[in-house]
Amino acid sequence: MYTEKVMDHFQNPRNVGEIEDASGVGTVGNAKCGDIMRIYLDIDENQIIRDVKFKTFGCGAAVATSSMATELVKGKSIYEALKVTNKAVMEALDGLPPVKVHCSLLAEEAIHAALWDYTEKNGIKIEGLEKPKSDIHEGEEEEDEEY
Amino acid sequence: MKRFIYLDNAATTKTAPEVVEAMLPYFTENFGNPSSVYSFASGNKEAISQQRDVIADVLGAKSNEIYFTAGGSESDNWALKAAAEAYADKGNHIITTKIEHHAILHTAEYLEKRGFEVTYLDVDEDGKIRLEDLKAAIRPTTILISVMYANNEIGTIQPIKEVGEIAYENGILFHTDAVQAFGQIPIQVDECHIDMLSASGHKLNGPKGIGFLYIRKGVKIRSFVHGGAQERKRRAGTENVPGIIGLGTAVKRAANTMEARMKKESELRDYMIGRIKEEIPYCRLNGHKTDRLPNNVNFSFRFVEGESLLIMLDGKGICGSSGSACTSGSLDPSHVLLAIGLPHEIAHGSLRLTLSEETSKEDIDYVVDSLKEIVGTLRNMSPLYEDFLKTNS
Repeated sequence: MYTEKVMDHFQNPRNVGEIEDASGVGTVGNAKCGDIMRIYLDIDENQIIRDVKFKTFGCGAAVATSSMATELVKGKSIYEALKVTNKAVMEALDGLPPVKVHCSLLAEEAIHAALWDYTEKNGIKIEGLEKPKSDIHEGEEEEDEEY
Repeated sequence: MKRFIYLDNAATTKTAPEVVEAMLPYFTENFGNPSSVYSFASGNKEAISQQRDVIADVLGAKSNEIYFTAGGSESDNWALKAAAEAYADKGNHIITTKIEHHAILHTAEYLEKRGFEVTYLDVDEDGKIRLEDLKAAIRPTTILISVMYANNEIGTIQPIKEVGEIAYENGILFHTDAVQAFGQIPIQVDECHIDMLSASGHKLNGPKGIGFLYIRKGVKIRSFVHGGAQERKRRAGTENVPGIIGLGTAVKRAANTMEARMKKESELRDYMIGRIKEEIPYCRLNGHKTDRLPNNVNFSFRFVEGESLLIMLDGKGICGSSGSACTSGSLDPSHVLLAIGLPHEIAHGSLRLTLSEETSKEDIDYVVDSLKEIVGTLRNMSPLYEDFLKTNS
């Protein structure tokens, strides 16, 4: 059901990890629906994305779109990164099954959320960048289960 | 060589070689229509009748109480729809459970749209219904109780005998979906007061597209398929002769090997459960610990998502299944896992592995070793795990 590129990015995801003291961090999705993406951006003084890392809880497509999204924004300016759409992510992966299109949207939103965090921290505004819509719903996983 | 370990026997099983062998002549030389008069074809009628005897014998039923269908879903549909219609003058209330297969749940919803009232019983954290809930749900208008024998996802076996007794004492028809249980554990219809029972061929090393509905003599349920006189006019259509031969052969085989299989599979099952519990942290066994199908293992692994798990297992040649939303095509994880009280995110991280008689201890070791590694990899990738470690360090 997945293309070779999706499988490759799922099985060998690029840029997995965290960045300490990141310039911007964005987390989108929610565990209830089964997808959470977190993107870390390291942005230099010229507003170039020097490094990017991600962590994702989700299906194969969620991991692959996160991985591809990080590849597409790495080395770009924050303005160029903002233009990386879910469509671009999907195309770069040679397509996604229709039920998985929302994963690519989530990847786009995660990048935007991380950029938003960066602009908030630095008191700047980027035209076209809006406050991220979806946030992870906290506090639901802390049930007292017998683990 | 890449390994291939098939642990999805609750989805379907490998057709046994002797089953295929028994079926083959009925595709070729014995192609005759069992309803034909000439001697060439009448042998097929006899062959069908023999399979009916085999199945009836295993269930402690009579041959004329076995009706061949195209499988478990058809049997479930028939049992519910036809019983609802036949007993509509007595009442319009049906009792079933929240953890039934969709063949029951969606049929029940269909009946609700047509004026029937349905009570869906809750289950406890192990997936068992509470008998007091069942008793409390009974109304003067209750015409049917349908409770699955054993659950397809978590393997929990219901207290069917007690349910049957309650139904019997109250004069209510009792149907059980035994698609997962039949051929795996002993079932006696009289002992459990079962009035109707659904079963399927391909879950017990038989062919796909064939199953049966047991209907106790005296139950006035009507035809499901109208047409010819096949299946005592209740299910018309030229018989699927090779399928019926295959089903009968598989049932006979399953009955003969049941005791040994139950012992071997439940030992391996418990070995696997033990290793996973001990070696993979933050996991939960889903389903009842002992009252469960001998071949069913179902775990939830926190902080990981089921589809990812399945794809990575597939990469290692292991076939399993999951109740995560991504594998169902909807946004919600399995209704069974939610019914036993799992929060959504934990239900998303479920994995079902169902063994067969061919599964070896070596296979189990390889699977658990792979699983450990994969769960570790996915957790390292999971923001939920990252948060968990930060808040618990």
